[in-house]
Amino acid sequence: MSAQAHAVAEKTDTHRLSIAGMTCAGCVANVENALNGVPGVTAAAVNFAEHTATVTGDVDPKTLVQAVVDAGYEAAEMRGPQDEAEKEAAEFAHYRRLLRQAVVAALVGVPLYLGSLAGLLPELSTVGGQVFWLLAGGATLFVLVYAGGHFFTGAWKAFLNHGANMDTLIALGTGSAWMYSMLVAVFPDIVPSLARHAYFEAAAIIIALINFGSALEMRARGKTSEAIRRLIGLQPKTARVVRNGKELDVPLEEVGLEETLRVRPGEKIPVDGVIIDGHSSVDESMLTGEPLPVEKAIGDEVVGGTLNKTGTFLFQTKHVGGDTVLAQIIEMVRTAQNSKPAIGRLADKISAVFVPTVLIIAVITFLAWFNLGPEPRISYMLVTTMTVLIIACPCALGLATPISVMVGVGRAAGYGILIRNGEALQQAGRLTTVVLDKTGTITQGRPTVTSLVPAPGWDEQRLLALAASVETGSEHPLAEAVVAAAKEKKLSSPTAQGFEAIAGHGVRATVEGVPVLFGNDKLMRDAGIDVGGLAQRAAELAAAAATPMYLARAGQVAGIVAVADPIKPDSRSAVERLQAIGLKVAMVTGDNRATAEAVARQVGVDEVMAEVLPQHKSEKIVELQRKGEIVGMVGDGINDAPALAQADVGFAIGTGTDVAIESADITLMRGSLHGVADAVAISKATVRNIKQNLFGAFIYNTLGIPVAAGMLYPFFGLLLNPMIAGAAMAMSSVTVVSNANRLRWLKLGKQGA
Amino acid sequence: MSVLLVNVGGLISIGLIVWWFWLSKPRARKVQADRPIEIIVENGVYTPPRIEVPAGKPVTLRFIRKDPSPCAEKVLFDDFGISGDLPVGKPYDISFTPQEPGEHEFTCQMRMYRGSLVVRTADS
Repeated sequence: MSAQAHAVAEKTDTHRLSIAGMTCAGCVANVENALNGVPGVTAAAVNFAEHTATVTGDVDPKTLVQAVVDAGYEAAEMRGPQDEAEKEAAEFAHYRRLLRQAVVAALVGVPLYLGSLAGLLPELSTVGGQVFWLLAGGATLFVLVYAGGHFFTGAWKAFLNHGANMDTLIALGTGSAWMYSMLVAVFPDIVPSLARHAYFEAAAIIIALINFGSALEMRARGKTSEAIRRLIGLQPKTARVVRNGKELDVPLEEVGLEETLRVRPGEKIPVDGVIIDGHSSVDESMLTGEPLPVEKAIGDEVVGGTLNKTGTFLFQTKHVGGDTVLAQIIEMVRTAQNSKPAIGRLADKISAVFVPTVLIIAVITFLAWFNLGPEPRISYMLVTTMTVLIIACPCALGLATPISVMVGVGRAAGYGILIRNGEALQQAGRLTTVVLDKTGTITQGRPTVTSLVPAPGWDEQRLLALAASVETGSEHPLAEAVVAAAKEKKLSSPTAQGFEAIAGHGVRATVEGVPVLFGNDKLMRDAGIDVGGLAQRAAELAAAAATPMYLARAGQVAGIVAVADPIKPDSRSAVERLQAIGLKVAMVTGDNRATAEAVARQVGVDEVMAEVLPQHKSEKIVELQRKGEIVGMVGDGINDAPALAQADVGFAIGTGTDVAIESADITLMRGSLHGVADAVAISKATVRNIKQNLFGAFIYNTLGIPVAAGMLYPFFGLLLNPMIAGAAMAMSSVTVVSNANRLRWLKLGKQGA
Repeated sequence: MSVLLVNVGGLISIGLIVWWFWLSKPRARKVQADRPIEIIVENGVYTPPRIEVPAGKPVTLRFIRKDPSPCAEKVLFDDFGISGDLPVGKPYDISFTPQEPGEHEFTCQMRMYRGSLVVRTADS
């Protein structure tokens, strides 16, 4: 199901689009027609000079972009950095109000409480006492309205909707305390003299404590969204645009597609694009977790939000607004933070019936004390019922899972690990086997020429130059490695004619009128060429995970060019880390067994699945799952998408800038396999944290409610003071949030190693 | 006599709690799906709390959050895997096409705010 969720532009709905690909003024009409054809659009105007379109109407900007794309142009919505300041200001104002309400409630409640403790307050039976208590009742009413009004309106509104929530409990608890106390103050004679006690101070102090607790909780919660704030903060507010040869600073939302931007040393790169002039090193650690700066030159992609370190460069924008990598990361983290793993389902089921259940328990408590309780019965009935209502805390239960998921997912994002949803977060910690794709996962995925073995009468340079001429036309990754190696050594390669690829074997071409063959031993055998003593060397190279290729000229073997895909330097330590936490590590590859075994030996994986065609990789995952393994699959997310989707948790690795890989449950922005171990560690820590929270919340409620109801009274004469219940209730959700916040300090082993 | 009255009253109130909160549902507001449906988020409730929409037709729910407390910040549709962060005082649209008929709950993060989307098949 596709769904869109977005903030609506505040005024009438006006959307600004950047349009690329408009070459002539005639295109303006095409784009305008396309936009006007979208249902809901009231007006669309294209500015050809600015290459922008302004569209008004109640319409989804994504539909607009699609309409322009369908018409044959490129488009993106222009949007500024999300403004968090406003939200923070609103939250701070709310926090201040809660504190103010708490203080006012305490100013009424605390003197009353201390006074009665010290025995300074007058008895209700005297006329003077009655006046005093009626005044106290008035002050408490003021507290209930000013500081506790939101509980009462909330409870009432929920009631009308057949709902009950925390407000219901607090309103009933404090409201009944006030009503009873007022009744006693006005007509002291209707209750026995022992029961002539007013509970105004309890009502006021409970309101004070709960507001204070909410304020603390709010503070603590602010920290849980730190990860998102950090990501949003990466976006600069302005960009330096080169227009008509002049440079000017413009707000980010004014930057369109295919514009030229200048970035100077120490500046943040505003949006995504490709370098067209200059070079520099760029710190991408904030997005990928990769600590070392990356060298960038003409033709390289740069990503918005990353930091330019040393050089000045010009780049052309490719993605703006909501399409940038950073915006997508923010979106993905947000969505994941709001999703819930299975572990939270039980708590959800319980919290759905929680409040009405507590109301029923309160009624039962009331009846039990009425029927069985000692005198003064009416006081005990009131106190126990009130305490049950106040101590029950649905918040802690409801918050236990989501708040930990929020912090855990955010923490992962800080390490360049993007977790798609709560389910993936939970599953990652339960994996028993991790299957690693070889190319691009364990290895760098960029084959290079590692050895040149010339036959007698040849030298390395001639061998490589000739191999490169044959391969120049080929698109095979091995061919690219050969051509690149020749170029690096500045060898001039003669032009080849009659290029022909022989699938699975190699290539054939004519160079300077002489037939040349380049490929594996089978190609040589089929052509009747004797490779002689080179076969031994070829076997050795294959055993060292390289792919040896023979070059033959005019029917005579000229030598071996060996190409290998180097293993990432930290693959071995990452595999060891996975094994150390008890995971079985397997490798799957389409390569031949010899090469696969050689790589496996070097990184130390437990099992090798070689010569597996890409389309069969997912079958290997199914086989493991049938054996009862919970399988994580790590790959590039493109060739092995089916396997990633089949696995219990699919990891897409080192995709750098492509974050929206649908088949992956977890995207590792950093190319290192350590990301897998990190993700598992974060998952385990988060699930542990959730369990602590759930356990705490369950225990709190299952112990607190019976004690509040007075279950201990028959045995120990122990009753809970309703004010203590208020304090406990206020603290329980703060505790849950604070416990989740501990995840922010989670340290991971071998970070960046 | 008074003993009996209090006990019976207590039992009746238990019955009322069960009936009001569990057995009866607020009346669903039927809405035309071609316009955004406004839902006010305030005082612990979504207003309207029950919305009836036809299956297979795109709907847009426009949430207007007036409650600044963090409880109201998120809205989650577990059945559809949709979530949103609601800004205070500004409308926020969630658009999707519900396919499966039935009652789908939407809640805040802690499930204190609760609403439900009733998806009806076209013929019923």
